[in-house]
Amino acid sequence: MNDASDIEFKAADWLQRRQFWNWSDEDQAALDAWLAEASAHRVAFLRLKAGYAQTERLVALRSTKPERAPRTRTRWFQAVAALAAIGVIGAAATFYLAKPQPITYATQVGGRQTITLADGTRIELNTDTLLKLNKTSAKRSVTLVKGEAYFQVQHDAARPFVVETAGHTVTDLGTKFTVHTEQGRIEVRLVEGEARLDAVDTAKPQPSMLLKPGDVAVATANSMSVKRESMSRLSDDLGWRRGLIVFHDTTLAAAADKLNRYNTNKLVIDAGAARLKINGTFRADDAQTFAQMARDVFGLRITATADNTRLSR
Amino acid sequence: MTEAPDTNRENANRDAEMTASAVEDWFVREVLPLEAALMQFLQHNWRNKADITDLRQDVYTQVFDAAQKTIPDNTRAFVFQTARNLLINRLKREHIVPIEAVADVEALNAAIEAPGPERTTIARDELRRLQAALDRLPPRAREAVVLGRIEGLSGRQIAARMGITEQAVSHHLITGVRALVNEVFGEDRKRPQ
Repeated sequence: MNDASDIEFKAADWLQRRQFWNWSDEDQAALDAWLAEASAHRVAFLRLKAGYAQTERLVALRSTKPERAPRTRTRWFQAVAALAAIGVIGAAATFYLAKPQPITYATQVGGRQTITLADGTRIELNTDTLLKLNKTSAKRSVTLVKGEAYFQVQHDAARPFVVETAGHTVTDLGTKFTVHTEQGRIEVRLVEGEARLDAVDTAKPQPSMLLKPGDVAVATANSMSVKRESMSRLSDDLGWRRGLIVFHDTTLAAAADKLNRYNTNKLVIDAGAARLKINGTFRADDAQTFAQMARDVFGLRITATADNTRLSR
Repeated sequence: MTEAPDTNRENANRDAEMTASAVEDWFVREVLPLEAALMQFLQHNWRNKADITDLRQDVYTQVFDAAQKTIPDNTRAFVFQTARNLLINRLKREHIVPIEAVADVEALNAAIEAPGPERTTIARDELRRLQAALDRLPPRAREAVVLGRIEGLSGRQIAARMGITEQAVSHHLITGVRALVNEVFGEDRKRPQ
């Protein structure tokens, strides 16, 4: 007798062929014949067909203008190339200046920028971010004034790469990492390699912290802690680099806070709905789809104005 | 989706066709929603986890065949009774499992009768569970499903977009469809997120 899993595979094959490819009368006849061969076939196909029909809800995730996706990507690559060129020229130009001014990069709410430094270091700025390149001879130094950035550092032991932010420094030891700074609280996520986190001007000196891949360090003026995240969770945390936000059992209130970093029209969640939990992947720049989905899934009401979108029971 | 008439039964008269489709309707409407509870039952009572999908399929097939004669009044009791008998028969046939295992199964009538809360919150959780299932797929399968199911592309367009063969697209779609359907019927619900 056929293994159930083989039958299920075959049934899934029929289903996807009928759904996604040219489907002729001959195909239908062949499917009918297969179904008539055994109840096990019919049951497996029925189950997949009924289950597949229920995934209809996923269509709510459809991007608003799917056809434009490739063009956007092209423009994005061009933008990266242009920025890379600016980065190189900028770095070269400052080389000749006696008293260099810091070079500043900024993104708007919802914006994203990639900078490639002359040494090959890549920096990706997330939404609403301000970063300064500090020119010093002994080390490479940037200041993250606000927001979040991903650093892919060309390691050079002789000239360490240092990110300064909110009274702390993150020193690269051959690394890919992100730093997010918001109102005196910083989060460092270590993707690859190693980095060292130091508090520089807190009242009580703190010991350095050596970060390994998967580490997420959270530091404020007087505390520092670290937890380990799975690489898949970490890669979700970095979804913003592709314009996506991933929620895992996140309350609507927390999800709205995250999305609001990327959108000028702010989501407001009423107290009655704030603790509902949601999972999934959303476009960072599309809070409207998120709101509509929350409405459909939880039966909420949407009240929209020019400044905000309110979700309530 | 409407089911095409079954052209393969030469003697199928109108009544028989209606019966066949009535059984299918019943199966989809009343049996499949029990899958999460059924899988839980099978997992609790069968030690070799590799057999579970096989067992589920056998239960479905037996239930479906039996319903061709008469559709049972109490679907839930009927499904679990079938599952229980199937497990006991397998245990007896295989002669390899300690006697207590049979006792365990026989003690399960109480669990069988209890109505499950498992379908009550389904609509609310459906989307987030589907999204979670989508996120758990291998990246290529996920991409194929997103392009096909969500963006509405055909298989050929998916192949062009992903730069892979049509055969590879089919393969990814099969993987994706199976995983999503498992999620719909709840068997993956207990998997750690």
